[in-house]
Amino acid sequence: MKSSVITFPGSNCDRDMDVALKKFGFKNKMVWHNDNELPKSDLVVLPGGFSYGDYLRCGSMAAKSKIMQSVINFAKSGGLVMGICNGFQILVETGLVPGVLLRNKYLEFICKNVFVKIDNKDNQYFKNLNKEVFEFHIAHNEGNYFCTNDQLKEIQDNNQVAIYYCNDDGKTDEKYNPNGSLNNIAGIFNKEKNVLGMMPHPERMIDKSLSGEDGSIFFKNLINNIK
Amino acid sequence: MKISAVITLKKDVLDPQGKVIHQALDGMGFKGIDEVRQGKYFEINVKENDPTKAKEIVEEMCKKLLANLVIEDYKIIGTQ
Repeated sequence: MKSSVITFPGSNCDRDMDVALKKFGFKNKMVWHNDNELPKSDLVVLPGGFSYGDYLRCGSMAAKSKIMQSVINFAKSGGLVMGICNGFQILVETGLVPGVLLRNKYLEFICKNVFVKIDNKDNQYFKNLNKEVFEFHIAHNEGNYFCTNDQLKEIQDNNQVAIYYCNDDGKTDEKYNPNGSLNNIAGIFNKEKNVLGMMPHPERMIDKSLSGEDGSIFFKNLINNIK
Repeated sequence: MKISAVITLKKDVLDPQGKVIHQALDGMGFKGIDEVRQGKYFEINVKENDPTKAKEIVEEMCKKLLANLVIEDYKIIGTQ
């Protein structure tokens, strides 16, 4: 299985993602933002970081970079595109997934482990997972998901919420919402469920010596789903 | 020609920075503030002497990059 990780100026989780993808069997290529063409891929990942220094709005410049036209075409033809953290911010700026990510409600950069609940397993990313609640790491300043009422209705009608912030039991109460996200939303799909944007970093949870191994479960399952 | 544009958050979008600025102003003695909303201001020099055309170009920029129309509104406020 082939994957591509796009590196933008200011990306800083691109190599972590490379390590994670390779560990679970992907043949990964790093792709520079200024390239025109994507290598043949089964999965494209927009990594976390601070592309273009978060200037203007997080992800706004990266969304207009050269490679993104190929990524958008790949996504529109049904290819799997996953955006993590800044990658999620880039995805909303391209319009591939609905909504925006605002500054965190209490204006703090949040860096901690959180629990998220998978809402919808009817997609390539989560199908066949045998658990619902995952412990992942978040590290962001703008993760406060927001969309218009009309968009929210569409998102709910199409089961586009991928994951919610919750506690270790899977309760999605406002008190387990770290950043003020609308309805505790931590990740969103496009309508067709081939594009996934989420704030948590599964690539930071792939080794016992790091803070956990829930990311390993996610990546192992993902490559098996794509095969 | 220099075109000025402001980008503001839409009315129903939470603006935590504006809120904090409001509180700080209040603490400094500026009482009687109803609300503070923070926005962005751009001055763009375009190589175009016709003000109508110049405005159109900057409007296009606002729609495509400078503003995110899900949460923000833009307004061309001046030509020079």
